[in-house]
Amino acid sequence: MNRMKIAIAGAAETDLGALPHLSELDLRADAAYRALADAGLTIADVDGITSATESPIDVAHYLGVTPSWYDGTSVGGCSFLVHVRHAAAAIRAGLCTTVLVLHGESGRSQVGRPPRVRPASSMLGQFELPYGAFAPPNMFTLPVMRYLKDTGTTHEQLAEVVVAQSHWAAGNPRASRNKLLTVQDVMASPLIAYPFHKLECCVVTDGGGALVITSADRARNLRNANRPVYLLGSGEACDSPMVSLMDDMTSSKGFKRASKQAFEESGIKHADVDHLMIYDAFAHLPLYGLEDLGFVGRGEAGAFIQAGHTRPGGKLPLNTNGGGILYTHTGMYGMFAILEAVRQLRGEAYKQVDGVKTSVVQGVGGMFTAAATLVLSNQEP
Amino acid sequence: MSTKPAPAAKAVPVPTPVTKPYWEATQAGELRIPRCTDCGNHFMYPRPRCPHCGSANLTWVKTAGRGTLYSYVINHMAAPGWEGEVPYVIAVVKLNEGPRMLSNLVGIPADPAALTLDMPLEVVFEPRGNVMLPLFKPAAAA
Repeated sequence: MNRMKIAIAGAAETDLGALPHLSELDLRADAAYRALADAGLTIADVDGITSATESPIDVAHYLGVTPSWYDGTSVGGCSFLVHVRHAAAAIRAGLCTTVLVLHGESGRSQVGRPPRVRPASSMLGQFELPYGAFAPPNMFTLPVMRYLKDTGTTHEQLAEVVVAQSHWAAGNPRASRNKLLTVQDVMASPLIAYPFHKLECCVVTDGGGALVITSADRARNLRNANRPVYLLGSGEACDSPMVSLMDDMTSSKGFKRASKQAFEESGIKHADVDHLMIYDAFAHLPLYGLEDLGFVGRGEAGAFIQAGHTRPGGKLPLNTNGGGILYTHTGMYGMFAILEAVRQLRGEAYKQVDGVKTSVVQGVGGMFTAAATLVLSNQEP
Repeated sequence: MSTKPAPAAKAVPVPTPVTKPYWEATQAGELRIPRCTDCGNHFMYPRPRCPHCGSANLTWVKTAGRGTLYSYVINHMAAPGWEGEVPYVIAVVKLNEGPRMLSNLVGIPADPAALTLDMPLEVVFEPRGNVMLPLFKPAAAA
């Protein structure tokens, strides 16, 4: 395998929250210009582009870029992790040199947002949607009662996921929910889909972000040469397009497969991981992630988080921006998980973890349908 | 003057050629699912070939219409057409033949105290548009 070293040479996040003056395409363009400026590049340098839900050609043309390589893989919130993986492969194959991985989504204001079409004749339309399961809060959450029973995890431990993340988000003006929370606060918030309370579900925001992916050799001559972020390995996987039919409702096949690929490609061990992001559209995902990625044993994630190991000062800092539940979540959150890992590796996070060298980002798409993993480091491989 | 949009109706499944026997069976008050005659597995949803072994030797089997409560949520966020019915139970049912399927529970309160995982369930059918939809209720004592 061609082992050309790959780097993230530029990274940027747009404003977050309610941004009704920007369409989805405008958010993507704003993210692109910011990331290029961060890399010290212009649109003239871009020869590869990626975008999810909307065609990468739409955004390329909007920016005035004619790419020689593009990828429109659209598998939900982990699409951007998949794009980084595919961009690395394309750069190694010589198909392009400088890829913009783009995200922008008007999840809250719904400006310029294409409707999500789920035909009544699709398998989802025939076998899930008729039962009043129609949105992530009442679909993604369906496995959890089984998980709690089979693993002995408690409702309070589910709430502890949010409490732990509130210690990271507390005070951050960019976080949608930036107050310190208790288990009582979480359990007292309104029920959305029992056993999930409002504070166990992600926020819904507008925002975007972008990355510039290129070879490490090229990144060495760019603006961020003194704060490089390298891609050590990656993985992509999938499970069922319908949550009721995932292989095992108490464990994510996608998390297991994607992370195994990424760990093997990068050659890292769990003990090497200083910082971890696990896509948290809902509070159970970090529990599944910790177990399925192998950081803890089966049924141990709830107690691990409850013990404080993932909070500031803990041995495994997790979702250090507050996650999709507290920081921001536009619908597809994966870009924001990558961007927090980049900030931690560059030493510029709001709540910076000391001595971060290796970060793992675990993404999910759909309702456990897709998964992707990135292993990132500030140490040259 | 304001005009309110017509209230949305609940989602109605539209059968496709491969799923048609499933929906024809529910119309007749039966829950039928495909079974592979080569590897013996039942599966949901219907497909042209067995997802376990790839065989095209499939038969439509009338299930016992019984299963257990595998997982659920009590949904407080009404889907279009469900506005008057929150909270309602969206349930994952594990059929006695093996496969899981999504459904709703009826004849039982939408209350965690009443919903015990692995409780036995039996199928009932409810009209939805032009199809009959399989739902589940607590099973009568055997």
